[in-house]
Amino acid sequence: VTAGAAALAASRPRRARLLDPIALLALPAALYFVLALAVPLARLLLGAFDDGGTPGAGQITRWLADPYNRGVVWNTLRYGAVVTVLSALGGYAYAYAMAGASPRLQLALLIAIVLPMTTSVIVKSFGWLVLLRSNGLINQALVWTGATDRPLPLLFSEAGLVIGTTAIMLPYMVLPVFSVLRQIRPELLDAAASLGASRMQRFRTVVLPLSLPGVAAGMGLVFSMTVSAYVIPSLLTGAGFKTLSKVAADAFLVILNPTRGAAVSVILLAIAVAGVALASRGLARRRATA
Amino acid sequence: MIRALLWLLVGAIVAIELAPLVVVVLVSVSSSPVFDVTVGELSGRWWERLWRNAAFWRSMDMSLRLAAATTALSLVLGGLAAVAIARARFPGREALATLILSPLMLPGIVVGIAMLQGYKAYGLTHPFAALVVAHVVVTLPFVLRTTLGALQLFDFTLIDAARTLGSSLPRALWTVLVPNLVPALTAGGLFAFLASFDNYPVSIFLADARTRTLPVQMLEFIEESPNPTIAAVSTLLLALAALALLAIDRLVGLRRATTL
Repeated sequence: VTAGAAALAASRPRRARLLDPIALLALPAALYFVLALAVPLARLLLGAFDDGGTPGAGQITRWLADPYNRGVVWNTLRYGAVVTVLSALGGYAYAYAMAGASPRLQLALLIAIVLPMTTSVIVKSFGWLVLLRSNGLINQALVWTGATDRPLPLLFSEAGLVIGTTAIMLPYMVLPVFSVLRQIRPELLDAAASLGASRMQRFRTVVLPLSLPGVAAGMGLVFSMTVSAYVIPSLLTGAGFKTLSKVAADAFLVILNPTRGAAVSVILLAIAVAGVALASRGLARRRATA
Repeated sequence: MIRALLWLLVGAIVAIELAPLVVVVLVSVSSSPVFDVTVGELSGRWWERLWRNAAFWRSMDMSLRLAAATTALSLVLGGLAAVAIARARFPGREALATLILSPLMLPGIVVGIAMLQGYKAYGLTHPFAALVVAHVVVTLPFVLRTTLGALQLFDFTLIDAARTLGSSLPRALWTVLVPNLVPALTAGGLFAFLASFDNYPVSIFLADARTRTLPVQMLEFIEESPNPTIAAVSTLLLALAALALLAIDRLVGLRRATTL
């Protein structure tokens, strides 16, 4: 029967497939995204690679020639990398605990990260602004536990920014990892156990390798969201710590220098896209070797 | 030992995730004018201030209308596109899905800058119209994601059955498919509504003084005249997010909605 159906499908005229009427349903969204997103982005790119009428990366290389500007790029990369690594460590542990929890506890742990995810980033950043103040709860806890005898200047410092951003990004790491952990079949673990693997060995040889695609996806997302963050650094840092998002936005909103803004935007776009692309390349390689 | 450490870490993360939300609510009902939660007694003064602050209500009204228009348009475009991407074979199908999902990964500020210049070049200078056009781009990924998830569970032979019984394709889709997708569309719509309502990086480039959205108003308020009135607004937004989550859980289940 299957062979007959396949033969029937193969004998169907090709025209019928090309004119699949259901495909037309995607046409409005496709046109919309080309006009409302792709063309404006392409114009921005073309503008940034226009060097006084001829195509070239002159604007971008000139901006990067200034050591202060290279410092901004370095700030952004360091901020993205530190937050991504911390989120990956904390997020993995959280997802792992969640995957092994009872259904009720699992739901509670899910709510504890989904509620902050759904809440406006301005609200969360404002909450962290209050927590990080020198007489805020974090400092009170540090002094009370004796970890420090004087409140630390956390707000407007890079440490404070990293703490707040990691807390805000961590849920985006938990969900992809949890979703791959959930798909690991328990029989695999039983099989490993029956072959004498300890709990730690089972984790290292079965669970961890199988969950790496989720880790890669989460890290790519967290990195690109962190380097792109605008609201969080605006509220948690002062003028001393500038990231590419802030510099790009200021070029349009404050100093009204769109050429410079376009150049900075392209650098930021390249970094954010590279983060996602590296993560999905890692995914592809894992699938190929699996 | 390792298990105990793991659960200790999980407990700490729960505390870190919820602390900023709890603090926001506490600041809104504290009498202290300097974002203090540990001193001062319970007070409704910041809620009273919010009640009398016309600028906040104007921007809230603006954001609600923007989110409503955006969600409606997003649901139509996203619902149709999801059916095509899930069912039809056509060249560029994967590329289209990537293009529609890309705003989730692209820097919001860069998207906003590109739109500011691009829409101006189109002659789209009406601020509200430009905001709707832009917000549909930002929110459509949410609709597409939840709807694609539901379509994976839908039995498409039902459509063939309806057509065998003499129903036209549009009629079959409308009477058989659409009712089955209503929970997912509603959940996707709620995510879209929140994404529009909370958007800052795109709105800041397109809004003018008369179309100032709530997030733009809030950030300016925190930077210029910080007082706990902002905590009262934040508490309202927190309540809105909690309500939306509750509704999404009822409609499609929180587990399914978040781990697609």
